[in-house]
Amino acid sequence: MAMAPESVFDRLEHLLPCVQKPIQYVGGEVNAVQSDWDAADVRWALMYPDAYEVGAPNQGVQILYEVLNEQPGVLCERTYAVWPDLEALMREHDVPQFTVDAHRPVGAFDLLGLSFSTELGYTNMLTALDLAGIPLMAADRVDGHPLVVAGGHAAFNPEPIADFIDAAVLGDGEQAVLALSDIVRDWKVAGHPGGRAGLLERIAKSGVAYVPSLYDVEYLADGRIRRVLPKLAGIPWRVAKHTLMDLDEWDYPRAPLVPLAETVHERMSVEIFRGCTRGCRFCQAGMITRPVRERSKAGIAAMVKRGLAATGYEEVGLLSLSSADHSEIAEVTTYLADCYSDSQTSLSLPSTRVDAFNVDLANELSRNGRRSGLTFAPEGGSERMRKVINKQVTEEDLIRTVATAYAAGWRQVKLYFMCGLPTETDDDVLQIARMAAEVIRVGREVSGRRDIRCTVSIGGFVPKPHTPFQWAAQLDHETTDARLALLRDRIRSNREYGKAIGIRYHDGKPGIIEGLLSRGDRRVGRVILEAWRAGARFDGWSEYFDFERWQSAASIALADEPVSLDWYTVREREHSEVLPWDHLDSGLDREWLWEDWQAAVDEEGVEDCRWTPCFDCGVCDQMGTQIQVGPTSVEMGMPTARGETGIPLSPRADSMA
Amino acid sequence: MSRQPPREFVAPVQRFRIRYAKRGQLRFASHRDFQRAFERALRRAEVPMAYSAGFSPHPKISYANAAPTGTASEAEYLEIAVAEHCRADDLQTRIDTALPPGLDIVEVVEARTPDFVQRLEGSRWRIALPGVSPDAAQRAVTALLATHDVVVERLTKNGMRRVEVLPAVVDIAVTEGRAASVAESSETCAIMQVVLRQETPAVRPDDVLAALRSVADLAPQVPPQVTRESQGPLAEGGNAGGITIGDPLAADREA
Repeated sequence: MAMAPESVFDRLEHLLPCVQKPIQYVGGEVNAVQSDWDAADVRWALMYPDAYEVGAPNQGVQILYEVLNEQPGVLCERTYAVWPDLEALMREHDVPQFTVDAHRPVGAFDLLGLSFSTELGYTNMLTALDLAGIPLMAADRVDGHPLVVAGGHAAFNPEPIADFIDAAVLGDGEQAVLALSDIVRDWKVAGHPGGRAGLLERIAKSGVAYVPSLYDVEYLADGRIRRVLPKLAGIPWRVAKHTLMDLDEWDYPRAPLVPLAETVHERMSVEIFRGCTRGCRFCQAGMITRPVRERSKAGIAAMVKRGLAATGYEEVGLLSLSSADHSEIAEVTTYLADCYSDSQTSLSLPSTRVDAFNVDLANELSRNGRRSGLTFAPEGGSERMRKVINKQVTEEDLIRTVATAYAAGWRQVKLYFMCGLPTETDDDVLQIARMAAEVIRVGREVSGRRDIRCTVSIGGFVPKPHTPFQWAAQLDHETTDARLALLRDRIRSNREYGKAIGIRYHDGKPGIIEGLLSRGDRRVGRVILEAWRAGARFDGWSEYFDFERWQSAASIALADEPVSLDWYTVREREHSEVLPWDHLDSGLDREWLWEDWQAAVDEEGVEDCRWTPCFDCGVCDQMGTQIQVGPTSVEMGMPTARGETGIPLSPRADSMA
Repeated sequence: MSRQPPREFVAPVQRFRIRYAKRGQLRFASHRDFQRAFERALRRAEVPMAYSAGFSPHPKISYANAAPTGTASEAEYLEIAVAEHCRADDLQTRIDTALPPGLDIVEVVEARTPDFVQRLEGSRWRIALPGVSPDAAQRAVTALLATHDVVVERLTKNGMRRVEVLPAVVDIAVTEGRAASVAESSETCAIMQVVLRQETPAVRPDDVLAALRSVADLAPQVPPQVTRESQGPLAEGGNAGGITIGDPLAADREA
């Protein structure tokens, strides 16, 4: 057996006084697991490919970290992207990419799992591989190098990173990582039959993960894909996503990590359901995580209680894609507000639903707290635009909702919109200005105050795979910027209300690169490599992102191809075109997606199947899954499936005398 | 209609002074990092804290003279107020268990005297200089003490700040020893024992090192390792006739 790799901390320690926020590289989180290297036969390093402050709170990594470490014979540690200041010192002093748990070199693990919430983490993966001494190209790796596995939402089209990864897991990771661990263990126990290629073949044949190197991509002369086909018999033509059923059985994380370093989410999160069937056509998360699977109200109460006791956090967030949509959310919020109203614990419900019910929930959660701001997401400025994106909210709904909020004492309303949606015109975006002015007019009327505010926050739309807009042309960044400038001027020129309206937006350039990485194929891998070699790092951070670097990388890397940055982004695709991710199965029926795309152009809506009959998106039939919603019978505070109760734990429960 | 914050607050019935240490890897925690970790540990330990009033109540904790990020310490102090009667030894065990290893509670004493912070007159710092010989360090110290005024610049939140170093230096001695966290086999190096008076603005070990660099070109290749060993009232005397640092909790313990 190989010796346990030594901690690199002694070598790292001398570098830490010279970098920003050294505590992020130290680990030492409350509830971190210290595992015995020699007692494990399958060893995972999990990476969130962004800075520690963003990666450490990530729920996906925290869940898999616990699930894996609970498993006998399996060890799991975490690693995050190092900032360029430490990267330079690590290169100078020959310190490899390390885990924050035991500071072991990442290259010593059996598997390196990367969770990609966004495609903008791809260059950080390359930095980590390079610092770890793992060959960047999967084809150059040999026995002894970790198996590089991608997961997360971006893994639903892993083609742009197909050359760098060994495998990709689609969908929920809990069961998939256990299945992968078993395959790796069996292969090791059997004496590495077939070497690395043998292991990859086992994985591909199991269907647990997609192994890009075992598929050939053929192209047409014009640059489009001709077909994608498996290289070996017994390998699935299409690889399906994983869907976890019964969230109450998977109540992770049970002991959430509490980092010492400050992070972007200083709270404990409880995922109250997974999936969304609202059917917003721009929303990849909503499309690829179907069907809706709710955690029971008793399960939620138990997780809140146990998590607060394990972490000492002051705030609990009830997470999901649209938290007010949980079928028992009113009971849950009332119960939790009753339990914790006198315990210096605050509750938050990230929800952007535009209706009075949402305001009621927010009121309930802020019984004793300050009512500063509420957020709503109409997404589209005009009625027509909202029909195109299937955001079924009328202007009357919005005005009525914000009036309720201002009347209940909320001082600020934040409105989320998108710019660059399919079929959008200048006028659709300018409607945002009119709407915001109306919000202030009504707000002043119902609150009797002039100091209320409205902030308009606008994100650029990026078409994503596995959505009805996967065929759409992305709006070029020049037009996006021009439209946003028009909107800004329109808002500022409103003498009566303009000063009460804030506007937040970013320029359209980063969205174009996100678009390239989202809908790209394998040829885009060369662009990523070229950009990384030219210095691309932390592309999700505006202070590091450099559009010109990416543009130049694209023109160099695609010089001999009939395709270009524009070809991947601002080009509309036809029905017949083979899309790079067509062989990856999110459960959504391709014809249903196409019909929904056509319905979008025709400005027709589709209902939510939680409350209306099925409209055959394909997921439940193909995946053998079903919607799981309440009402549930077990009351909060009663034993759940796991035998735990949700009776609240007050921080001042017993006297210590 | 404007909503009023809830009126009730959780009133203190007792106060405790706590000496804690910041050791090993966790010396890289900043003071803010420590504050968050400590407040969460109090909640995990179910300490019945007193809270301030208002929309966002805060547990009543006062911190004193935090050691800089990257500096270890055996002698940090804070004070908490509790809403129910507690026993000092019980609090020490519970809070120490709830804190991550490396942030350790050294002692808890019930507060029975006023003016605690005023007793924190000075600190003794151990500065290990890996790669620097005791002779070289002694030469630099002698050169520093021979100068009259040394001003160093330090980058703070409010921009560059000029700090006069010498008025805060009560004592500097050079000995030989091992840097604390480096493996046994490592060579010995210069260890400076520096006593600094608590002043406003604070003069920190980094400022002394900067002064040694500017006056005597003392520029260690490896970052020095700094530990605050004690903090408290300054007094003349002791067997060697030098400066001693008293125990700031003695008055509370004896009261």
